Amino acid sequence: MVENRPWGNVFSHATLIVGIGIICLPLWIAFVASTHPVDRMFHAPAPLWPGTHLVENYLAVLRSGIGQSANAPVGTMLINSLIMALAIAVGKIAISIISAYAIVYFRFPFRMGFFWLIFVTLMLPVEVRILPTYEVIASLGMLNSYAGLTVPLIASATATFLFRQFFLTVPEELAEAARIDGAGPVRFFKDILLPLSRTNIAALFVIQFIYGWNQYLWPLIVSTDERYYTVVMGISRMVNVVDAAPTWNLVMATAVLGLIPPVIVVLLMQHLFVKGLVESEK
Amino acid sequence: MIKRATFGGMALPYALLLPQVAITLVFFFWPAGEALVQSVLLQDAAGLNVRLVWFDNFERVFSDPYYLTSLRITAIFTFASCIIAMASALLLAVMADRVIRGAGAYKTLLIWPYAVAPALAGVLWGFMFNPTIGVIAYVLDALGVKWNYYVDGDQALLLVTIAAAWKQVSYNFIFFLAGLQSIPRSVIEAAAIDGAGPTKRFWTIIFPLLSPTTFFLLVLNLVHLFFDSFGIVHALTQGGPGRATEILVFRVWSDGFRGQDYGGSAAQSVVLMAVVIALTVLQFRYIERRVHY
Repeated sequence: MVENRPWGNVFSHATLIVGIGIICLPLWIAFVASTHPVDRMFHAPAPLWPGTHLVENYLAVLRSGIGQSANAPVGTMLINSLIMALAIAVGKIAISIISAYAIVYFRFPFRMGFFWLIFVTLMLPVEVRILPTYEVIASLGMLNSYAGLTVPLIASATATFLFRQFFLTVPEELAEAARIDGAGPVRFFKDILLPLSRTNIAALFVIQFIYGWNQYLWPLIVSTDERYYTVVMGISRMVNVVDAAPTWNLVMATAVLGLIPPVIVVLLMQHLFVKGLVESEK
Repeated sequence: MIKRATFGGMALPYALLLPQVAITLVFFFWPAGEALVQSVLLQDAAGLNVRLVWFDNFERVFSDPYYLTSLRITAIFTFASCIIAMASALLLAVMADRVIRGAGAYKTLLIWPYAVAPALAGVLWGFMFNPTIGVIAYVLDALGVKWNYYVDGDQALLLVTIAAAWKQVSYNFIFFLAGLQSIPRSVIEAAAIDGAGPTKRFWTIIFPLLSPTTFFLLVLNLVHLFFDSFGIVHALTQGGPGRATEILVFRVWSDGFRGQDYGGSAAQSVVLMAVVIALTVLQFRYIERRVHY
């Protein structure tokens, strides 16, 4: 701040508090609704202050879903979401870091060809080519499997590009020194490049974990079997029930459970998250 | 582009590239090629009779009045969300950049919606605006607004727009704050010494210096809103009422999976891919310009 303006400060704080109020309101309302018994959900307006059924509601959805239509327990969905998020994050980082290593540190025929082959997919989200991708998965027999849920989303030009940019900033002398000392490419990668990339890997992990956890359309069409439902797609089946009002207290409990893990990841690793976001989008 | 000191060996680099290239070929190029091929074919419902129809599918798509409506809805939705999200994020970022006490806490409380899935954002906002028990719907009702987004198309579109903007604010906030913090303090101090007040400093110095960030965010917001909003629409309105919230990316899915119109869906995929590529090129040309900046 350049000059001392007390009213300016008051105004800034007031604006921020109002902004935070609007940003946090939906979560508060959802949380409050998830702590009330179902009969409270029939008269308007929805409650603004927590009720007494917190433990009961959450245990109910975790164990047996919301029970209206045939629904998988939310506990299973959370595990599926976790598997999907971890597989996508770890898989993406693993295959991207080695392909970036090949492109930056080796000289071989069609090097640039491969680079462009990966790179043109940079901004082509799965939503755009959803039907043909679905057909490919179906013809490979990968519907209703963890492989079908994760493998198609693992290829990532963003991560490859990010690691390539980072490797280009690593001093030349390191590779030269390693070669003089007799270290081969595998040794150099394992003992020097990988430790240097630690922060980048962590930052990317945060972003990709959120990406994987929040997938919606892909699990919606790949998993028709309840055993493979993820929590984010499972909730849409709870909201769009036929011929009945959704049991809002349980739906909101599921929503809170579905958003808590990625939000916690962001809050706990705030610095890495901001770094990962700023760098992967640059 | 490549290191001076490189490693020899032929097999190793190919082996390192193999997983990435294999997945890219199978799950990107194969489907994209399939989309291109299907977009010029016409298939009957049983899938037995296929014939080449050249650009008929595209003609059919673009002469469909509903597709043009969908284009219009997508444009309104994308630009409105983008403007709401960017303007409020900029305001909050400027304020967060000013305050000293509590800056960390404010930041934390503003960035978490980034981690919320679009579909969940739709569910949360749908609950608040639910015509029977929603809190905000209740307030609107008390104020004399007849609120029911299940039947009123404009209200449904407004709700989808707000939910998408809400989710997008934190993302813009992070980038604007980073942009603001990279502006040299000396420039701002010099202007203050010359007698420029906070408002004048913002419009004559800070805002122009932020313009690279703003432009870059504009492109990224458009891409995110264009494609990531499927979840919001699907969870909140299912494209309805009528077709009032049927944005393009939703139509690709609903024509393909509900309508079984493979050629039409593929043609729409091709159109969307062209849009993505155009946006990518735009962004890269821009980034190249920024290097010289």
